[in-house]
Amino acid sequence: MRVIRLDLQLIADMVEPGSRVLDVGCGDGSLLDYLLHEKNVDGRGIELSMDGVNACVSQGLSVIQGDADTDLFDYPDHAFDYVILSQTLQATMAPREVLENLLRIGKRAIVSFPNFGYWRVRASLTMLGRMPRTKSLPHEWYNTPNIHFCTIRDFVRLCGNLGISIEKNLALKHTGSDMFTGPGFCFANLMGEHAMFLLKRNTS
Amino acid sequence: MILPPTEMAELLVTESDAGTHAVLGTATPLRLECGVDLANFQLAYQTYGELNTEKSNAILVCHALSGDQYIAGTHPLTGKLGWWELVVGPGKLLDTEKYFMICTNILGGCMGTVGPKEINPNTNKIWGLDFPVITIRDMVNAQAMLLDHLEIEKLFCAIGGSMGGMQVLEWAATYPERLCTAVPIATAAHHSAQNIAFDEVGRQAIMADPDWYGGNYQEEGTNPHRGLAIARMVAHITYLSELSLQRKFGRRLQDRTAITFGFDADFQVESYLRHQGSTFVDRFDANSYLYITRAMDYFDLAERHDGVLAEAFRDIETRFCVISFSSDWLYPTVESRHIVHALNSVAANVSFAEIESDNGHDAFLLKEPGFWRVLAGFMDGAAEHFGLTNLTPSK
Repeated sequence: MRVIRLDLQLIADMVEPGSRVLDVGCGDGSLLDYLLHEKNVDGRGIELSMDGVNACVSQGLSVIQGDADTDLFDYPDHAFDYVILSQTLQATMAPREVLENLLRIGKRAIVSFPNFGYWRVRASLTMLGRMPRTKSLPHEWYNTPNIHFCTIRDFVRLCGNLGISIEKNLALKHTGSDMFTGPGFCFANLMGEHAMFLLKRNTS
Repeated sequence: MILPPTEMAELLVTESDAGTHAVLGTATPLRLECGVDLANFQLAYQTYGELNTEKSNAILVCHALSGDQYIAGTHPLTGKLGWWELVVGPGKLLDTEKYFMICTNILGGCMGTVGPKEINPNTNKIWGLDFPVITIRDMVNAQAMLLDHLEIEKLFCAIGGSMGGMQVLEWAATYPERLCTAVPIATAAHHSAQNIAFDEVGRQAIMADPDWYGGNYQEEGTNPHRGLAIARMVAHITYLSELSLQRKFGRRLQDRTAITFGFDADFQVESYLRHQGSTFVDRFDANSYLYITRAMDYFDLAERHDGVLAEAFRDIETRFCVISFSSDWLYPTVESRHIVHALNSVAANVSFAEIESDNGHDAFLLKEPGFWRVLAGFMDGAAEHFGLTNLTPSK
Protein backbone atom coordinates (compact mmCIF):
# COMPACT_ATOMS: atom_id res chain seq x y z
CA MET A 1 0.00 0.00 0.00
CA ARG A 2 1.36 3.37 -1.02
CA VAL A 3 1.58 6.04 1.66
CA ILE A 4 0.64 9.61 0.72
CA ARG A 5 0.12 12.86 2.60
CA LEU A 6 -2.94 12.74 4.87
CA ASP A 7 -4.89 15.42 2.99
CA LEU A 8 -4.28 13.59 -0.29
CA GLN A 9 -5.34 10.34 1.37
CA LEU A 10 -8.60 12.00 2.42
CA ILE A 11 -9.19 13.09 -1.19
CA ALA A 12 -8.39 9.61 -2.43
CA ASP A 13 -10.94 8.19 0.00
CA MET A 14 -13.66 10.22 -1.73
CA VAL A 15 -12.90 8.69 -5.14
CA GLU A 16 -14.80 5.60 -6.27
CA PRO A 17 -12.53 2.85 -7.61
CA GLY A 18 -12.36 2.50 -11.39
CA SER A 19 -13.59 6.04 -12.09
CA ARG A 20 -12.21 8.69 -14.46
CA VAL A 21 -10.25 11.37 -12.66
CA LEU A 22 -8.65 14.66 -13.66
CA ASP A 23 -6.23 16.11 -11.10
CA VAL A 24 -5.77 19.82 -11.72
CA GLY A 25 -2.50 21.02 -10.23
CA CYS A 26 -1.26 17.49 -9.72
CA GLY A 27 2.24 18.52 -8.60
CA ASP A 28 4.65 15.59 -8.60
CA GLY A 29 1.78 13.19 -9.30
CA SER A 30 1.73 11.41 -5.93
CA LEU A 31 -2.08 11.50 -5.66
CA LEU A 32 -2.54 10.38 -9.29
CA ASP A 33 -0.04 7.60 -8.82
CA TYR A 34 -1.88 6.45 -5.70
CA LEU A 35 -5.28 6.56 -7.42
CA LEU A 36 -3.93 4.71 -10.44
CA HIS A 37 -2.46 1.85 -8.46
CA GLU A 38 -4.70 1.63 -5.40
CA LYS A 39 -8.03 2.64 -6.92
CA ASN A 40 -7.52 1.56 -10.51
CA VAL A 41 -8.75 4.88 -11.88
CA ASP A 42 -8.30 6.26 -15.40
CA GLY A 43 -6.33 9.28 -14.25
CA ARG A 44 -5.05 12.42 -15.97
CA GLY A 45 -3.32 15.47 -14.64
CA ILE A 46 -2.62 19.12 -15.37
CA GLU A 47 0.39 20.77 -13.77
CA LEU A 48 1.74 24.28 -14.14
CA SER A 49 5.40 23.62 -13.39
CA MET A 50 7.42 21.90 -16.08
CA ASP A 51 9.47 20.08 -13.44
CA GLY A 52 6.27 18.63 -12.03
CA VAL A 53 5.03 17.60 -15.47
CA ASN A 54 8.29 15.93 -16.38
CA ALA A 55 8.36 14.09 -13.06
CA CYS A 56 4.80 12.85 -13.66
CA VAL A 57 5.26 11.74 -17.26
CA SER A 58 8.58 10.14 -16.34
CA GLN A 59 6.72 7.85 -13.95
CA GLY A 60 4.16 6.92 -16.58
CA LEU A 61 1.34 9.29 -15.59
CA SER A 62 -0.79 11.04 -18.22
CA VAL A 63 -0.07 14.64 -17.38
CA ILE A 64 0.06 17.80 -19.47
CA GLN A 65 1.62 21.15 -18.78
CA GLY A 66 -1.19 23.62 -18.27
CA ASP A 67 -3.00 26.11 -16.11
CA ALA A 68 -6.29 25.82 -14.23
CA ASP A 69 -7.29 29.31 -15.40
CA THR A 70 -6.72 28.75 -19.12
CA ASP A 71 -6.58 25.04 -19.91
CA LEU A 72 -9.85 23.73 -18.49
CA PHE A 73 -11.99 25.27 -21.22
CA ASP A 74 -10.88 22.67 -23.80
CA TYR A 75 -12.32 19.71 -21.93
CA PRO A 76 -15.79 18.52 -22.90
CA ASP A 77 -18.71 18.43 -20.42
CA HIS A 78 -18.86 15.51 -17.98
CA ALA A 79 -15.63 13.99 -19.35
CA PHE A 80 -14.59 12.83 -15.88
CA ASP A 81 -16.26 11.34 -12.81
CA TYR A 82 -14.10 13.48 -10.55
CA VAL A 83 -12.08 16.62 -11.10
CA ILE A 84 -9.72 17.32 -8.23
CA LEU A 85 -8.35 20.72 -7.32
CA SER A 86 -6.10 20.28 -4.34
CA GLN A 87 -4.62 23.37 -2.63
CA THR A 88 -4.73 25.34 -5.87
CA LEU A 89 -8.00 27.33 -5.90
CA GLN A 90 -6.46 30.20 -3.92
CA ALA A 91 -3.70 30.57 -6.53
CA THR A 92 -6.00 30.89 -9.55
CA MET A 93 -6.83 34.16 -11.30
CA ALA A 94 -10.55 33.50 -11.48
CA PRO A 95 -11.59 30.97 -8.82
CA ARG A 96 -15.30 31.20 -9.65
CA GLU A 97 -14.76 30.34 -13.33
CA VAL A 98 -12.38 27.57 -12.34
CA LEU A 99 -14.95 26.13 -9.95
CA GLU A 100 -17.63 26.29 -12.64
CA ASN A 101 -15.29 24.55 -15.08
CA LEU A 102 -14.51 21.81 -12.57
CA LEU A 103 -18.20 20.99 -12.29
CA ARG A 104 -18.77 21.25 -16.01
CA ILE A 105 -15.96 18.80 -16.84
CA GLY A 106 -16.55 16.50 -13.88
CA LYS A 107 -19.70 14.91 -12.55
CA ARG A 108 -18.19 15.68 -9.17
CA ALA A 109 -15.39 17.92 -7.98
CA ILE A 110 -13.13 17.56 -4.97
CA VAL A 111 -11.74 20.89 -3.84
CA SER A 112 -9.37 21.57 -0.97
CA PHE A 113 -7.93 24.89 0.12
CA PRO A 114 -6.34 26.62 3.12
CA ASN A 115 -9.03 28.19 5.29
CA PHE A 116 -8.46 31.91 5.78
CA GLY A 117 -10.96 31.86 8.64
CA TYR A 118 -8.64 29.63 10.70
CA TRP A 119 -8.09 31.18 14.14
CA ARG A 120 -4.31 31.50 13.77
CA VAL A 121 -4.83 33.47 10.55
CA ARG A 122 -7.37 35.68 12.27
CA ALA A 123 -5.10 36.10 15.26
CA SER A 124 -2.14 37.10 13.15
CA LEU A 125 -4.17 39.82 11.48
CA THR A 126 -5.99 41.11 14.57
CA MET A 127 -3.35 40.69 17.28
CA LEU A 128 -0.15 41.35 15.30
CA GLY A 129 -1.64 43.45 12.52
CA ARG A 130 0.41 41.50 10.01
CA MET A 131 -0.42 39.40 6.99
CA PRO A 132 -0.73 35.86 8.29
CA ARG A 133 1.99 33.29 7.85
CA THR A 134 1.35 29.77 8.98
CA LYS A 135 2.88 26.38 8.30
CA SER A 136 0.56 25.91 5.36
CA LEU A 137 0.84 29.55 4.23
CA PRO A 138 4.56 30.14 4.54
CA HIS A 139 4.93 32.95 1.96
CA GLU A 140 5.41 36.64 2.58
CA TRP A 141 2.66 38.90 1.25
CA TYR A 142 4.89 40.12 -1.56
CA ASN A 143 5.87 36.75 -2.99
CA THR A 144 2.85 34.59 -2.34
CA PRO A 145 1.34 32.72 -5.28
CA ASN A 146 -1.92 32.71 -3.31
CA ILE A 147 -3.96 35.61 -4.58
CA HIS A 148 -7.55 34.62 -3.82
CA PHE A 149 -7.95 33.47 -0.24
CA CYS A 150 -11.32 32.54 1.14
CA THR A 151 -12.80 31.23 4.34
CA ILE A 152 -14.87 28.07 4.56
CA ARG A 153 -17.95 30.22 4.98
CA ASP A 154 -17.08 32.21 1.85
CA PHE A 155 -16.66 29.03 -0.14
CA VAL A 156 -19.92 27.49 1.03
CA ARG A 157 -21.69 30.71 0.07
CA LEU A 158 -20.16 30.70 -3.43
CA CYS A 159 -21.24 27.09 -3.94
CA GLY A 160 -24.77 28.11 -2.98
CA ASN A 161 -24.73 30.97 -5.47
CA LEU A 162 -23.49 28.70 -8.26
CA GLY A 163 -26.04 25.99 -7.57
CA ILE A 164 -23.42 23.54 -6.41
CA SER A 165 -24.38 21.09 -3.71
CA ILE A 166 -21.94 19.93 -1.08
CA GLU A 167 -22.00 16.17 -0.67
CA LYS A 168 -19.17 15.94 1.83
CA ASN A 169 -17.23 18.46 3.80
CA LEU A 170 -14.42 18.12 6.23
CA ALA A 171 -11.87 20.33 7.85
CA LEU A 172 -8.45 19.52 9.17
CA LYS A 173 -6.71 20.94 12.20
CA HIS A 174 -3.20 22.14 11.66
CA THR A 175 -1.87 18.80 12.90
CA GLY A 176 -3.69 17.23 9.97
CA SER A 177 -4.96 14.48 12.24
CA ASP A 178 -8.30 15.69 13.55
CA MET A 179 -11.30 16.36 11.43
CA PHE A 180 -14.44 18.33 11.84
CA THR A 181 -17.22 16.85 9.84
CA GLY A 182 -20.95 16.30 10.08
CA PRO A 183 -22.54 18.39 12.85
CA GLY A 184 -19.10 19.44 14.14
CA PHE A 185 -18.43 21.26 10.87
CA CYS A 186 -19.91 24.47 12.31
CA PHE A 187 -16.63 24.92 14.19
CA ALA A 188 -14.62 24.31 11.07
CA ASN A 189 -14.36 27.92 9.91
CA LEU A 190 -12.60 28.83 13.11
CA MET A 191 -10.76 25.64 13.97
CA GLY A 192 -9.96 24.11 10.58
CA GLU A 193 -6.69 24.97 8.88
CA HIS A 194 -7.70 23.22 5.67
CA ALA A 195 -11.06 22.53 4.11
CA MET A 196 -12.05 19.78 1.75
CA PHE A 197 -15.29 19.48 -0.19
CA LEU A 198 -16.93 16.88 -2.39
CA LEU A 199 -19.15 18.87 -4.73
CA LYS A 200 -21.86 18.06 -7.22
CA ARG A 201 -23.73 20.35 -9.56
CA ASN A 202 -27.46 20.56 -8.80
CA THR A 203 -29.32 18.97 -11.67
CA SER A 204 -32.28 21.34 -11.35
CA MET B 1 33.46 13.64 -51.55
CA ILE B 2 30.85 14.35 -54.21
CA LEU B 3 30.37 11.47 -56.58
CA PRO B 4 29.61 12.09 -60.24
CA PRO B 5 25.83 12.00 -60.62
CA THR B 6 25.52 8.83 -62.65
CA GLU B 7 27.81 6.90 -60.36
CA MET B 8 25.91 8.18 -57.36
CA ALA B 9 22.59 7.05 -58.76
CA GLU B 10 23.98 3.57 -59.33
CA LEU B 11 25.39 3.48 -55.84
CA LEU B 12 22.05 4.48 -54.35
CA VAL B 13 20.23 1.72 -56.21
CA THR B 14 22.77 -0.94 -55.37
CA GLU B 15 22.86 -0.05 -51.69
CA SER B 16 19.13 0.21 -51.26
CA ASP B 17 18.68 -3.18 -52.88
CA ALA B 18 20.83 -4.60 -50.13
CA GLY B 19 18.23 -3.54 -47.54
CA THR B 20 14.82 -5.04 -46.89
CA HIS B 21 11.90 -4.13 -49.09
CA ALA B 22 8.36 -5.18 -49.86
CA VAL B 23 6.46 -4.86 -53.12
CA LEU B 24 3.04 -3.51 -52.21
CA GLY B 25 -0.14 -2.63 -54.05
CA THR B 26 -0.10 -5.83 -56.12
CA ALA B 27 -3.68 -6.90 -55.40
CA THR B 28 -5.14 -3.45 -54.74
CA PRO B 29 -3.15 -0.36 -55.68
CA LEU B 30 -2.55 2.49 -53.26
CA ARG B 31 -4.98 5.29 -54.11
CA LEU B 32 -3.03 8.49 -53.54
CA GLU B 33 -4.75 11.63 -52.31
CA CYS B 34 -4.06 13.30 -55.66
CA GLY B 35 -6.20 10.60 -57.29
CA VAL B 36 -3.43 8.52 -58.88
CA ASP B 37 -3.26 4.77 -58.23
CA LEU B 38 0.16 3.43 -57.29
CA ALA B 39 0.47 -0.31 -58.03
CA ASN B 40 3.35 -2.76 -57.53
CA PHE B 41 5.48 -0.25 -55.71
CA GLN B 42 8.53 -0.92 -53.61
CA LEU B 43 8.70 0.13 -49.96
CA ALA B 44 12.12 -0.19 -48.35
CA TYR B 45 12.23 -0.78 -44.60
CA GLN B 46 14.44 -2.00 -41.78
CA THR B 47 13.44 -3.89 -38.66
CA TYR B 48 15.21 -4.13 -35.33
CA GLY B 49 14.50 -6.64 -32.57
CA GLU B 50 11.98 -9.44 -32.84
CA LEU B 51 8.21 -9.58 -33.00
CA ASN B 52 6.77 -11.45 -30.01
CA THR B 53 4.25 -14.28 -30.41
CA GLU B 54 1.29 -12.01 -29.57
CA LYS B 55 2.57 -9.48 -32.13
CA SER B 56 2.01 -6.83 -29.51
CA ASN B 57 5.46 -5.26 -29.28
CA ALA B 58 5.76 -3.56 -32.68
CA ILE B 59 6.86 0.07 -32.81
CA LEU B 60 6.75 2.05 -36.04
CA VAL B 61 9.43 4.71 -36.15
CA CYS B 62 8.64 7.45 -38.65
CA HIS B 63 11.60 9.34 -40.04
CA ALA B 64 11.94 13.04 -40.76
CA LEU B 65 12.58 14.84 -44.06
CA SER B 66 16.26 13.98 -44.39
CA GLY B 67 16.16 10.71 -42.44
CA ASP B 68 15.70 7.20 -43.72
CA GLN B 69 14.96 3.65 -42.55
CA TYR B 70 18.39 3.10 -41.01
CA ILE B 71 17.68 4.21 -37.44
CA ALA B 72 20.43 2.26 -35.68
CA GLY B 73 23.66 0.50 -36.57
CA THR B 74 25.92 1.49 -39.43
CA HIS B 75 24.27 3.11 -42.43
CA PRO B 76 25.19 1.09 -45.55
CA LEU B 77 25.57 4.17 -47.73
CA THR B 78 27.11 6.81 -45.48
CA GLY B 79 29.00 4.51 -43.12
CA LYS B 80 27.74 6.67 -40.25
CA LEU B 81 25.57 5.51 -37.37
CA GLY B 82 21.79 5.51 -37.78
CA TRP B 83 19.95 8.75 -37.02
CA TRP B 84 18.44 7.45 -33.76
CA GLU B 85 21.37 5.32 -32.66
CA LEU B 86 21.33 7.11 -29.28
CA VAL B 87 17.80 5.93 -28.55
CA VAL B 88 17.33 2.62 -30.39
CA GLY B 89 19.25 -0.55 -29.62
CA PRO B 90 19.70 -3.38 -27.13
CA GLY B 91 19.26 -2.05 -23.59
CA LYS B 92 18.59 1.47 -24.87
CA LEU B 93 15.48 3.58 -24.36
CA LEU B 94 13.68 1.94 -27.28
CA ASP B 95 15.06 -1.45 -26.35
CA THR B 96 15.33 -3.82 -29.30
CA GLU B 97 15.39 -6.68 -26.79
CA LYS B 98 11.84 -5.71 -25.79
CA TYR B 99 10.37 -4.13 -28.87
CA PHE B 100 10.16 -4.95 -32.56
CA MET B 101 11.01 -1.73 -34.35
CA ILE B 102 10.05 -1.01 -37.94
CA CYS B 103 11.14 2.00 -39.95
CA THR B 104 10.15 2.47 -43.58
CA ASN B 105 11.76 4.77 -46.07
CA ILE B 106 8.82 7.08 -46.77
CA LEU B 107 6.91 7.17 -50.01
CA GLY B 108 8.73 9.57 -52.33
CA GLY B 109 12.00 8.95 -50.49
CA CYS B 110 15.27 8.04 -52.13
CA MET B 111 16.60 5.13 -50.10
CA GLY B 112 14.89 2.28 -51.92
CA THR B 113 11.21 3.20 -51.67
CA VAL B 114 9.38 4.29 -54.80
CA GLY B 115 10.11 7.92 -55.53
CA PRO B 116 10.98 10.31 -58.35
CA LYS B 117 14.40 8.79 -58.96
CA GLU B 118 13.02 5.27 -59.51
CA ILE B 119 11.80 3.74 -62.78
CA ASN B 120 8.18 4.30 -63.74
CA PRO B 121 7.03 0.79 -64.70
CA ASN B 122 4.47 2.21 -67.13
CA THR B 123 7.06 4.02 -69.25
CA ASN B 124 10.28 2.26 -68.21
CA LYS B 125 11.74 5.72 -67.74
CA ILE B 126 12.76 7.52 -64.59
CA TRP B 127 9.73 9.05 -62.88
CA GLY B 128 11.22 12.50 -62.38
CA LEU B 129 8.44 15.07 -62.11
CA ASP B 130 5.95 12.55 -63.53
CA PHE B 131 5.95 11.03 -60.06
CA PRO B 132 2.61 11.90 -58.46
CA VAL B 133 2.62 14.49 -55.67
CA ILE B 134 2.35 12.55 -52.45
CA THR B 135 1.07 13.52 -49.02
CA ILE B 136 1.75 12.57 -45.42
CA ARG B 137 -1.44 10.53 -45.53
CA ASP B 138 -0.17 8.63 -48.58
CA MET B 139 3.04 7.83 -46.69
CA VAL B 140 1.00 6.52 -43.77
CA ASN B 141 -1.30 4.48 -46.01
CA ALA B 142 1.76 2.85 -47.57
CA GLN B 143 3.10 2.05 -44.09
CA ALA B 144 -0.26 0.51 -43.17
CA MET B 145 -0.01 -1.68 -46.28
CA LEU B 146 3.42 -2.82 -45.10
CA LEU B 147 1.96 -3.74 -41.69
CA ASP B 148 -0.71 -5.80 -43.48
CA HIS B 149 2.08 -7.45 -45.45
CA LEU B 150 3.94 -8.19 -42.19
CA GLU B 151 0.62 -9.35 -40.67
CA ILE B 152 0.82 -6.89 -37.79
CA GLU B 153 -2.69 -5.86 -36.79
CA LYS B 154 -1.88 -3.29 -34.15
CA LEU B 155 1.18 -1.22 -33.28
CA PHE B 156 2.22 -0.79 -29.70
CA CYS B 157 3.49 2.62 -30.71
CA ALA B 158 4.02 4.99 -33.60
CA ILE B 159 6.78 7.46 -32.83
CA GLY B 160 8.66 10.12 -34.73
CA GLY B 161 10.01 13.64 -34.69
CA SER B 162 9.41 16.54 -37.08
CA MET B 163 7.84 15.13 -40.27
CA GLY B 164 7.95 11.76 -38.48
CA GLY B 165 5.65 13.33 -35.89
CA MET B 166 3.26 14.40 -38.66
CA GLN B 167 3.08 10.77 -39.79
CA VAL B 168 2.37 9.76 -36.19
CA LEU B 169 -0.51 12.26 -35.98
CA GLU B 170 -1.82 11.05 -39.34
CA TRP B 171 -1.61 7.46 -38.09
CA ALA B 172 -3.67 8.39 -35.04
CA ALA B 173 -6.25 10.20 -37.15
CA THR B 174 -6.50 7.56 -39.90
CA TYR B 175 -5.87 4.27 -38.08
CA PRO B 176 -6.67 4.92 -34.39
CA GLU B 177 -7.73 1.28 -33.91
CA ARG B 178 -4.28 0.10 -34.98
CA LEU B 179 -2.39 2.22 -32.46
CA CYS B 180 -1.97 1.69 -28.69
CA THR B 181 0.20 4.77 -28.27
CA ALA B 182 1.34 7.72 -30.34
CA VAL B 183 4.41 9.85 -29.67
CA PRO B 184 4.58 12.93 -31.91
CA ILE B 185 7.79 14.82 -31.13
CA ALA B 186 8.80 18.37 -32.12
CA THR B 187 6.04 18.56 -34.70
CA ALA B 188 2.82 20.29 -35.73
CA ALA B 189 -0.62 19.35 -37.02
CA HIS B 190 -0.12 21.63 -40.00
CA HIS B 191 2.63 23.56 -41.75
CA SER B 192 2.65 27.24 -40.87
CA ALA B 193 3.27 30.01 -43.39
CA GLN B 194 6.84 30.22 -42.09
CA ASN B 195 7.34 26.47 -42.55
CA ILE B 196 6.05 26.67 -46.11
CA ALA B 197 8.19 29.72 -46.78
CA PHE B 198 11.42 27.98 -45.76
CA ASP B 199 10.51 24.91 -47.82
CA GLU B 200 9.83 27.12 -50.82
CA VAL B 201 13.30 28.69 -50.56
CA GLY B 202 14.77 25.19 -50.62
CA ARG B 203 12.72 24.13 -53.62
CA GLN B 204 13.52 27.30 -55.53
CA ALA B 205 17.23 26.77 -54.88
CA ILE B 206 17.00 23.29 -56.42
CA MET B 207 14.91 24.38 -59.38
CA ALA B 208 17.17 27.38 -60.04
CA ASP B 209 20.16 25.07 -60.46
CA PRO B 210 20.78 24.74 -64.24
CA ASP B 211 21.71 21.11 -63.61
CA TRP B 212 18.15 20.41 -62.45
CA TYR B 213 16.90 20.30 -66.08
CA GLY B 214 13.24 20.54 -65.18
CA GLY B 215 13.67 17.49 -62.97
CA ASN B 216 15.27 15.35 -65.71
CA TYR B 217 18.83 15.56 -64.38
CA GLN B 218 19.28 11.81 -64.18
CA GLU B 219 18.59 11.44 -67.89
CA GLU B 220 20.79 14.45 -68.61
CA GLY B 221 23.58 12.87 -66.58
CA THR B 222 23.79 15.77 -64.15
CA ASN B 223 22.85 16.43 -60.54
CA PRO B 224 21.60 19.75 -59.14
CA HIS B 225 23.93 19.33 -56.19
CA ARG B 226 24.48 23.06 -55.73
CA GLY B 227 20.77 23.77 -55.45
CA LEU B 228 20.19 20.83 -53.14
CA ALA B 229 23.14 21.86 -50.98
CA ILE B 230 21.70 25.38 -50.60
CA ALA B 231 18.30 23.91 -49.72
CA ARG B 232 19.98 21.82 -47.05
CA MET B 233 21.96 24.79 -45.72
CA VAL B 234 18.84 26.92 -45.31
CA ALA B 235 16.92 24.08 -43.70
CA HIS B 236 19.80 23.23 -41.40
CA ILE B 237 19.71 26.72 -39.91
CA THR B 238 16.08 26.17 -38.97
CA TYR B 239 17.00 22.96 -37.13
CA LEU B 240 19.32 24.79 -34.74
CA SER B 241 18.65 27.50 -32.20
CA GLU B 242 20.30 30.88 -32.33
CA LEU B 243 21.97 30.09 -29.02
CA SER B 244 23.38 26.74 -30.12
CA LEU B 245 24.68 28.25 -33.36
CA GLN B 246 26.29 31.11 -31.44
CA ARG B 247 27.83 28.80 -28.87
CA LYS B 248 29.09 26.36 -31.45
CA PHE B 249 30.61 28.91 -33.84
CA GLY B 250 30.26 32.47 -32.61
CA ARG B 251 32.25 34.67 -35.00
CA ARG B 252 35.19 32.29 -34.99
CA LEU B 253 37.21 32.11 -38.21
CA GLN B 254 37.85 28.94 -40.18
CA ASP B 255 41.54 27.89 -40.31
CA ARG B 256 42.72 31.48 -40.52
CA THR B 257 43.68 34.31 -38.21
CA ALA B 258 42.09 37.21 -40.07
CA ILE B 259 39.26 37.87 -42.49
CA THR B 260 40.30 37.62 -46.15
CA PHE B 261 38.19 40.39 -47.68
CA GLY B 262 36.67 37.85 -50.05
CA PHE B 263 33.83 35.36 -50.29
CA ASP B 264 35.61 32.26 -49.19
CA ALA B 265 34.29 30.59 -46.03
CA ASP B 266 36.02 32.89 -43.55
CA PHE B 267 33.71 31.97 -40.70
CA GLN B 268 33.38 28.55 -39.11
CA VAL B 269 29.63 28.71 -39.44
CA GLU B 270 29.96 29.13 -43.22
CA SER B 271 32.31 26.20 -43.46
CA TYR B 272 29.98 24.11 -41.32
CA LEU B 273 26.96 24.86 -43.50
CA ARG B 274 28.90 24.17 -46.70
CA HIS B 275 29.92 20.82 -45.23
CA GLN B 276 26.31 20.06 -44.27
CA GLY B 277 25.22 20.90 -47.81
CA SER B 278 27.88 18.88 -49.59
CA THR B 279 27.50 15.72 -47.49
CA PHE B 280 23.74 15.85 -47.91
CA VAL B 281 23.87 15.73 -51.71
CA ASP B 282 25.88 12.51 -51.48
CA ARG B 283 22.92 10.69 -50.03
CA PHE B 284 19.81 12.58 -51.07
CA ASP B 285 17.89 13.05 -54.29
CA ALA B 286 16.92 16.60 -55.27
CA ASN B 287 13.51 15.67 -56.68
CA SER B 288 12.75 13.66 -53.54
CA TYR B 289 13.48 16.82 -51.60
CA LEU B 290 10.88 18.69 -53.67
CA TYR B 291 8.24 16.00 -53.20
CA ILE B 292 8.78 15.47 -49.49
CA THR B 293 8.79 19.17 -48.59
CA ARG B 294 5.61 19.52 -50.66
CA ALA B 295 3.99 16.72 -48.68
CA MET B 296 4.86 18.55 -45.46
CA ASP B 297 3.47 21.84 -46.80
CA TYR B 298 0.20 20.16 -47.76
CA PHE B 299 -0.15 18.64 -44.30
CA ASP B 300 -3.09 20.07 -42.39
CA LEU B 301 -4.82 17.52 -40.22
CA ALA B 302 -7.70 19.84 -39.32
CA GLU B 303 -8.53 20.67 -42.93
CA ARG B 304 -10.66 17.62 -43.62
CA HIS B 305 -12.59 18.29 -40.40
CA ASP B 306 -13.67 21.82 -41.28
CA GLY B 307 -10.66 23.25 -39.52
CA VAL B 308 -11.47 21.62 -36.17
CA LEU B 309 -8.41 19.57 -35.25
CA ALA B 310 -10.19 17.88 -32.34
CA GLU B 311 -12.53 16.13 -34.79
CA ALA B 312 -9.55 14.23 -36.19
CA PHE B 313 -9.24 12.52 -32.80
CA ARG B 314 -12.85 12.01 -31.73
CA ASP B 315 -13.42 8.83 -29.63
CA ILE B 316 -9.75 7.89 -29.94
CA GLU B 317 -8.45 5.41 -27.38
CA THR B 318 -4.80 5.79 -28.32
CA ARG B 319 -2.56 7.17 -25.58
CA PHE B 320 -0.55 10.20 -26.63
CA CYS B 321 2.72 11.62 -25.44
CA VAL B 322 3.34 14.98 -27.09
CA ILE B 323 6.84 16.37 -26.65
CA SER B 324 8.30 19.72 -27.68
CA PHE B 325 11.60 21.51 -27.10
CA SER B 326 11.82 25.01 -25.68
CA SER B 327 14.27 26.36 -28.28
CA ASP B 328 12.62 24.74 -31.33
CA TRP B 329 11.47 27.64 -33.52
CA LEU B 330 10.65 25.47 -36.56
CA TYR B 331 7.87 23.60 -34.75
CA PRO B 332 7.58 25.64 -31.56
CA THR B 333 5.87 24.47 -28.37
CA VAL B 334 2.72 26.40 -29.25
CA GLU B 335 2.14 23.92 -32.10
CA SER B 336 2.35 20.99 -29.69
CA ARG B 337 0.05 22.78 -27.27
CA HIS B 338 -2.42 23.19 -30.12
CA ILE B 339 -2.41 19.41 -30.59
CA VAL B 340 -2.78 18.86 -26.84
CA HIS B 341 -5.77 21.22 -26.65
CA ALA B 342 -7.45 19.33 -29.48
CA LEU B 343 -6.84 16.02 -27.72
CA ASN B 344 -8.14 17.46 -24.43
CA SER B 345 -11.32 18.62 -26.04
CA VAL B 346 -12.19 15.03 -26.96
CA ALA B 347 -10.97 13.83 -23.53
CA ALA B 348 -8.19 11.77 -25.11
CA ASN B 349 -5.47 10.34 -22.93
CA VAL B 350 -2.54 12.67 -23.41
CA SER B 351 0.73 13.54 -21.75
CA PHE B 352 2.57 16.65 -22.79
CA ALA B 353 5.99 17.90 -21.82
CA GLU B 354 8.08 20.75 -23.11
CA ILE B 355 11.73 19.85 -22.66
CA GLU B 356 14.08 22.67 -21.69
CA SER B 357 16.84 22.54 -24.29
CA ASP B 358 19.13 24.83 -26.27
CA ASN B 359 19.45 22.38 -29.14
CA GLY B 360 16.57 23.74 -31.22
CA HIS B 361 14.50 21.48 -33.45
CA ASP B 362 17.27 18.88 -33.75
CA ALA B 363 17.08 18.22 -29.99
CA PHE B 364 15.10 15.03 -30.59
CA LEU B 365 18.12 13.54 -32.40
CA LEU B 366 20.65 14.57 -29.78
CA LYS B 367 21.64 13.67 -26.24
CA GLU B 368 18.75 15.04 -24.21
CA PRO B 369 18.46 13.22 -20.86
CA GLY B 370 15.32 15.19 -19.92
CA PHE B 371 13.58 14.09 -23.12
CA TRP B 372 14.74 10.51 -22.66
CA ARG B 373 13.42 10.40 -19.07
CA VAL B 374 9.98 11.57 -20.15
CA LEU B 375 9.88 9.19 -23.10
CA ALA B 376 11.08 6.23 -21.02
CA GLY B 377 8.46 6.94 -18.35
CA PHE B 378 5.71 7.14 -20.93
CA MET B 379 6.78 3.95 -22.73
CA ASP B 380 7.10 1.97 -19.49
CA GLY B 381 3.76 3.25 -18.20
CA ALA B 382 2.08 2.37 -21.49
CA ALA B 383 3.72 -1.07 -21.63
CA GLU B 384 2.34 -1.75 -18.16
CA HIS B 385 -1.10 -0.42 -19.07
CA PHE B 386 -1.40 -2.41 -22.28
CA GLY B 387 -0.17 -5.56 -20.58
CA LEU B 388 2.99 -5.78 -22.62
CA THR B 389 4.50 -8.19 -20.12
CA ASN B 390 5.56 -10.98 -22.43
CA LEU B 391 8.40 -9.12 -24.04
CA THR B 392 10.47 -12.17 -24.81
CA PRO B 393 10.90 -12.62 -28.54
CA SER B 394 9.05 -15.47 -30.16
CA LYS B 395 12.21 -17.24 -31.26
